[in-house]
Amino acid sequence: MSAETSTPADAVELAGAGTYSPDNPAPVIEPPRTRTKSTPRATRTNFEMYGWLFMRLSGIVLVVLVLGHLLIQLVLDGGVTKIGFAFVAGRWASPFWQMWDLLMLWLAMLHGANGLRTVINDYAERDNTRFWLKMLLYTATVFTVFLGTLVIFTFDPNIQ
Amino acid sequence: MPAGTLYRGREGMWSWVAHRVTGVLIFFFLFVHVLDTSLVRVSPQAYDNVVATYKNPIVNLMEYGLVAAILFHALNGLRVIAVDFWSKGPKYQRQMLWSVVGIWIVLMAGAFYPVLDHTLRTLFGS
Ligand code: HEM
Ligand code: HEM
Repeated sequence: MSAETSTPADAVELAGAGTYSPDNPAPVIEPPRTRTKSTPRATRTNFEMYGWLFMRLSGIVLVVLVLGHLLIQLVLDGGVTKIGFAFVAGRWASPFWQMWDLLMLWLAMLHGANGLRTVINDYAERDNTRFWLKMLLYTATVFTVFLGTLVIFTFDPNIQ
Repeated sequence: MPAGTLYRGREGMWSWVAHRVTGVLIFFFLFVHVLDTSLVRVSPQAYDNVVATYKNPIVNLMEYGLVAAILFHALNGLRVIAVDFWSKGPKYQRQMLWSVVGIWIVLMAGAFYPVLDHTLRTLFGS
């Protein structure tokens, strides 16, 4: 009985809110991730985990592909001086370098696009801005991967 | 720097910033690079014209910068992977960062002459 009029020892004092006790409970604060009626049901996939894993696996492969590419293009055999149409024709005469470039194109574009998706999610705070920036990113990515693939497979050394 | 902060303002934060900036830079370069390479489907002249810009001294210097960005992103990316998958990774993350910086300096010194060879020869004669 006497406990109801005096303050319990474990009561919490919040700034400007008076004293909370079993008779004067603090307002309930909803946990931020509570599932509500408007939460879509089937969103529980492991997409982000696979994205995380992909960044690491593709990164390891890209070390070889991209550093090898830079070595060939900028360091060996006269560096940038030698590059021209004839040089590309010589390289893409070999299926090995075609496949190298194709794999590098796909992995680097997907790795970079997924990385940029993270960056957009981090900095674009308005829902609309975020949505449209990502649409722009996905459009540019699909276009670039498609164009690059087409160029490798339709390359014609005797174009003129 | 706020007291008691393990991450903010430390090497870990700055290496993350550099990893992010270099990643975005490389992506934008790759977008332009696939466009310029696609000119091989237009004509040999169109392609050789665009490649001529790669041989301009200022652009050549930017290529050295691109090499710098990629080397850092690649080496630090391997460090991030080691931190995530190697059981002792988190313990040695600082030592690994300084190893990354050390290897990066050595490789950049080694790349200086080969990458800028074209500019050195055009500016200072052969
Ligand atoms: C050379 C080999 C490469 C390796 C080892 C590598 C490694 C990585 C790793 C492990 C991450 C994830 C970082 C994290 O989750 O904190 C990452 C992020 C990223 N990478 Fe790469 N990467 C490489 C090449 C590239 C290339 C070629 C591009 C551009 C086309 C690129 C663009 C990005 C971007 C934009 C991010 C996101 C950065 C962030 O979220 O802060 N990377 N990279
Ligand atoms: C300034 C440095 C670079 C130069 C001079 C250069 C040069 C070239 C050349 C001459 C080609 C034609 C095909 C071949 O010879 O293999 C090519 C294709 C390609 N490069 Fe690079 N490259 C550079 C940097 C990069 C980087 C950093 C990446 C990746 C992040 C990259 C990705 C590619 C891809 C994906 C292709 C194939 C393009 C297509 O499918 O049409 N390059 N590059």
